[in-house]
Amino acid sequence: MRGTGGLAVGELAPPMELPDTSGELQTLPMPGEAPATVVVWTCNHCPYALAWHDRIAAAHRDYADSGVRFLHVNSNDAERYPHDSLEAMRDRVEAEKWPFPYLHDEAQEAARAWGALTTPDVFVLDADLRLRYRGAPDPDHEDPSHEGIWLREALDAVLAGNEPERDTTESVGCGIKWKE
Amino acid sequence: MSDLGLDPESIEVREVTSDADAECEEFVGSPTIRVDGDDVQPPGDEPAGLTCRIYRRPDGRISALPDRADVREALARAAETEGGTG
Repeated sequence: MRGTGGLAVGELAPPMELPDTSGELQTLPMPGEAPATVVVWTCNHCPYALAWHDRIAAAHRDYADSGVRFLHVNSNDAERYPHDSLEAMRDRVEAEKWPFPYLHDEAQEAARAWGALTTPDVFVLDADLRLRYRGAPDPDHEDPSHEGIWLREALDAVLAGNEPERDTTESVGCGIKWKE
Repeated sequence: MSDLGLDPESIEVREVTSDADAECEEFVGSPTIRVDGDDVQPPGDEPAGLTCRIYRRPDGRISALPDRADVREALARAAETEGGTG
């Protein structure tokens, strides 16, 4: 699936308040400040999301010193897709030792508010929580050598106080599994 | 397919649109490619359902599509069988 739509570049991100896999409530805005925030819609059972995951995790490591905040959100209907249950999310976070929170959007309200379409769907926000990049992490989920370049370019621009030259790409991945 | 003596027009594209159909067809995700009924990369014990299929390439990479070599092998087997029986 490919698509654009939802939150537009320059717009303020909708507030978000979702529990992570440990039960802790993660909020946006958060207490304190982050120079940039990356919100990734993802899930446990999508080849695109899985293929890009390590590249996004590598970006998280590389930008940790800059204080960039990363949030991953799963909005899939877990009733019809048990791979995306909270328990399965928790198992994955523990098994893979995720360094960032994995949020459970059970009501799918966050996905609807942000206009998230696919897994993955990457949103990069500036310090004021305005959208500065939306789309895929890089040009090809099958080619790890791209190293999440579009995400990194966006972060570099935001951290330098600039607007990314490439602010939108097509979100590519599996469609979010909406409740019927 | 033509190189193997198979008819490209024989490809049948089927859309699976309900959980019931997925169960009935033992469909474990999209895309599923079967040659003479055999999956080009057998899915093991994956449950049936309307989901995306996860394929593993020989080098371990995850992909949304099966490896071309697996598809070619399956077609070659089918060609051999057809040649042997025909």
